[in-house]
Amino acid sequence: MTASPPPLTGFWSLANPGRFLRLADTLLPWMAAITAGLFGYGLYKGLFVAPADYQQGESMRIMYIHVPSAWMAMGVYSMMTISALGTLVWRHPLADVAQKCAAPIGAGFTVLCLITGSLWGKPTWGTWWEWDARMTSVLVLLLIYLGIIALWRAIDEPGRAGRAVAIMTLVGAVNLPIIKFSVDWWNTLHQPASVFRSGGPTIHPAMLEPLLVMGLAFGFLFGCLLMIRMQGEILNRRAERLEMARAAEVA
Amino acid sequence: MIAVLRAVMTREIRLAARIGAGAELGLVFFLILISVTPFALGPDQKLLSRLAPALLWIAALLATLLGLDRLLQADEDDGVVDGLMLSETPLELILFAKALAHWLVTGLPLALIAPVLGLMLAIPPAAMLPLSLSLLVGTPALTLVGLVGAAVTVTLRRGGLLLSVLVLPLTVPTLIFGVAVVREASEGRAFTTPFLLLTGVSLIALVVSPVAAAAALRMTRG
Repeated sequence: MTASPPPLTGFWSLANPGRFLRLADTLLPWMAAITAGLFGYGLYKGLFVAPADYQQGESMRIMYIHVPSAWMAMGVYSMMTISALGTLVWRHPLADVAQKCAAPIGAGFTVLCLITGSLWGKPTWGTWWEWDARMTSVLVLLLIYLGIIALWRAIDEPGRAGRAVAIMTLVGAVNLPIIKFSVDWWNTLHQPASVFRSGGPTIHPAMLEPLLVMGLAFGFLFGCLLMIRMQGEILNRRAERLEMARAAEVA
Repeated sequence: MIAVLRAVMTREIRLAARIGAGAELGLVFFLILISVTPFALGPDQKLLSRLAPALLWIAALLATLLGLDRLLQADEDDGVVDGLMLSETPLELILFAKALAHWLVTGLPLALIAPVLGLMLAIPPAAMLPLSLSLLVGTPALTLVGLVGAAVTVTLRRGGLLLSVLVLPLTVPTLIFGVAVVREASEGRAFTTPFLLLTGVSLIALVVSPVAAAAALRMTRG
């Protein structure tokens, strides 16, 4: 009758917020150190060691920030999609926490991608903003991020908000490829794709290495920020519950 | 089951016909939007004719968007949604029937009246039929995507603006292909490709939206 539940293993052991908090506490300093190391190495390599582009000169070094943020802009949304499945299908109690905390970080990476792209575009293409297919898709991605954040803030109760946001995230995930395709199509209809050559110049290994290191650095940075935000969110929810319990006692 | 769906649709259409500020208001809004833009752009026929496809589609988008809060809100307020959820008929189908009825009183009239407004914006005669066709095929996608947004935000007290923020980015493909149909036609080219793509977008929305909206309704309560 009182069979004890099977011991939780792996992924599911993190379903216990307390255990997650302890794990995050142990991991965070290490991850922060790795992030700082990767950033130091990647930035040094990218800004000082890697050769400047023979056409674009020094301005192409902005790539070492721009491209990883573009990767993260998409990567974070993919992670949120998996979290949404975690909320709806597996009912993992931390999935909606992870998703809520990831959204503003993802939006941040997307903004960073757009800003650095704009800064890069000015010397290279001679304009701050071009209705280029990629930029436009990223802009729409940002709008979807903002909608999801707005939805989080509109619903008070975390559980309900989590499920509503999860559905919206999945609908967005279904739509994103269609949006990407339609924007590409729209762009070729209006103007010839002159900005990026279809083959693209192959990147020299001396530039590729710092780029990959920076990509890794951005990934770890996301991991750190996500953990910090999740800790805060879990503690926040606890504090709210305690406050409500105390209010109930007083009443 | 068919009887239930028919009852849902009849009820929707009857409500739209009898309650003031219903279907015809969307049309009036569409008309006003199209009449106001020349005041901003100037009466230049050439300019208007070039911008017409975009103007008509944006007006259709906004008119559809503004009607979306009526899709579920009133039924949520008086408890009809809870009743529908208890029904044996799958909620997905009921929501599809509701969206269809809603489109019949909002999207369809827009598609029918659009050529007249296109005349005011100096659209070439050859593009009139494609304009109607594109709205006929494209506005269901707008209503269906809106259905998901409406279902997600229905329990919120001030969901209107949020609904637009959620739904608008998802309407980008519909807008692109819809405008492309009219533009290609008014420049005398074949518009089959964008038209087929527009149809595809609508069909995808037809499959995904009722399921997502039903899930949203179930998940956001309790």
